Amino acid sequence: MTPRETTRLDRRGFLGAAGLAGAGLAATATGLRAAPPAAPDPLITTVQDWARTLGDGVQARPYGSPSQYEKHVVRRDVEWLTASRESSVNFTPLHELDGIITPSGLCFERHHGGIAEIEPGKHRLMINGLVDKPMVFTVEDLKRFPGRQNHAYFLECAANSGMEWRGAQLNGCQFTHGMVHNVWYTGIPLKTLLDEAGVRTNAKWLLAEGADSSGMTRSIPLEKGLKDCLVVWSMNGEALRPEQGYPVRLVVPGWEGNMWVKWLRRIEVGDQPWHQREETSKYTDLLADGRSRRFTFVMDAKSVVTNPSPQAPLKHKGPNVLSGLAWSGRGRISRVDVSLDGGRNWRSARIDGPVLPMSLTRFYVDFDWNGQEMMIQSRAIDETGYVQPTKDELRKVRGVNSIYHNNGIQTWLVHANGETENVEIG
Amino acid sequence: MSRSAELLAGATLLAGLAWAGMGLAQQRPAAAPAAVPAAAQPAKTGLGREAHPAEVAAWSIAVRPDGQGLPPGRGSVKQGEDIFQTQCAACHGEFGEGAGRWPVLAGGRGSLKGENPEKTLGSFWPYLSTTFDYVRRAMPYGNAQSLSNDEVYALTAYIMFLNDLVPESFELTRENFTSIPMPNVGGFYDDDRETSERAFWNPNPCMSDCRPTPPRVTGRARVIDVTPEGRSGPRVE
Repeated sequence: MTPRETTRLDRRGFLGAAGLAGAGLAATATGLRAAPPAAPDPLITTVQDWARTLGDGVQARPYGSPSQYEKHVVRRDVEWLTASRESSVNFTPLHELDGIITPSGLCFERHHGGIAEIEPGKHRLMINGLVDKPMVFTVEDLKRFPGRQNHAYFLECAANSGMEWRGAQLNGCQFTHGMVHNVWYTGIPLKTLLDEAGVRTNAKWLLAEGADSSGMTRSIPLEKGLKDCLVVWSMNGEALRPEQGYPVRLVVPGWEGNMWVKWLRRIEVGDQPWHQREETSKYTDLLADGRSRRFTFVMDAKSVVTNPSPQAPLKHKGPNVLSGLAWSGRGRISRVDVSLDGGRNWRSARIDGPVLPMSLTRFYVDFDWNGQEMMIQSRAIDETGYVQPTKDELRKVRGVNSIYHNNGIQTWLVHANGETENVEIG
Repeated sequence: MSRSAELLAGATLLAGLAWAGMGLAQQRPAAAPAAVPAAAQPAKTGLGREAHPAEVAAWSIAVRPDGQGLPPGRGSVKQGEDIFQTQCAACHGEFGEGAGRWPVLAGGRGSLKGENPEKTLGSFWPYLSTTFDYVRRAMPYGNAQSLSNDEVYALTAYIMFLNDLVPESFELTRENFTSIPMPNVGGFYDDDRETSERAFWNPNPCMSDCRPTPPRVTGRARVIDVTPEGRSGPRVE
């Protein structure tokens, strides 16, 4: 049996199990093609402008931008979410992207005091507290350290999908899941800087602080800081964007985005956490009994189908590509299951591209669609055996007021005309 | 010299520099043992410089629940009220009730188990230190780090008064700071997902016939209709 036949059979079995097999499906599977048109296509039979005249020369676009026909692929915000634009969030257009790397200019933004515009020559990074020698580094110092590393990691806001705790609210995966991005970082291990200052033996916690007007601070266990945290100056091969912390940010792999302090200016070493505003008032998870979890650092396994989705409806019957993203703060994604019938039946999706620890992972299901209604879901499983729960399973443990860490399974209702809606099912 | 010969010469020069650099790096460990006898000491690069004590003092302003980091100073409820009305009330309301959509600072006691919890400094925040620290580092919004330490003490005292935690005559100082208990100090516990959500680790999740009846739609984002712009949900012709 050829690989192609395997794929097709698998596809049929998938739809059959989902109860969607039908006459229309069989017709597309046998390979019906559209007949030639009655009139020839003028896009082919007449010479187009771009095939006759010269385009821009090499230096017309010294820093290139996307095609003018991709202007709709932008970050978007939801004004009613926050009281001001400077302490707010916008969303990555996940439904317009593919693969696992988020273009730097589309990475969602979350600021608490707006974007700090810092001249790199004026930036300083201090290490103080329980160290042998408090130290100050310039950005140039950082770039001279040995042991530079490159890693792709997802950064997910703790509040991603937070508006969906009480039910389906926002109609599009950009809004329900777009507080996540995944880029290549270049930098040095935080451990390198801590070693340079000499961490004392009674040290247990780190305080990371930003240089912006929110003075963003988070307490981080020393163990995590020594294990895999990075101090980075580069994303996707170039300098960090200002909105992502230029010139220096902290990378805290697998942990909630709030801890990835941007415009990083200070690391204090201590023996206790500091219980700062962003780990008491915010980024604590209120449960139904009125008590709250604190220090909920890890982002659990999660996934979402990005296509089809409300902003990217199905437009054609026959062959279609279902695509989505899965990620886990606990390690690698080991499997993604997809259901077309609201979780009654599942098939494992095809994962393509690198499967890196604590990175977005791309999955696909190639399928034929005969115009039937579908309830699409995806379910991520990571290498620790954690299975992405349903929203109802999460609510059973946590109630509906915990704001953060909603990694429940998303359902998209695809109508017979291809329109796709964010729904909850029961 | 031809262009390619120039490039070649440049490459040779760069290679020479790289080797010279490695030579320097190799010399370092040889000199190190005399200065650093402990075997487990990580190698130092010598990059960066020691921080001046005044630099550390300027930036190291974090305050912990045990009072570590509190500067000398004092401020009364009465003083705090005056500062609050000029510096804070435009956003937070005269009594911390929040103007428009800006954060509410007072009230909400006993609401945490309810349908709509109101999480204020009095009802939710576990430690007073966080109020002092945050106001000093980040408020007023748009004019951060403009308040004196005494002003921050006074504002903290006033916010405590708004939350019925101290009488109107109260003065907050570094010395009495840690003596005031916060109502929700016992309301937090460390992340316990790996035990309380143990069931989410499942070696054999259901793959087929996982529910007896087809699911029904119970909620629709389109009905709520709060998504910005039509582009978020295009209609298909």
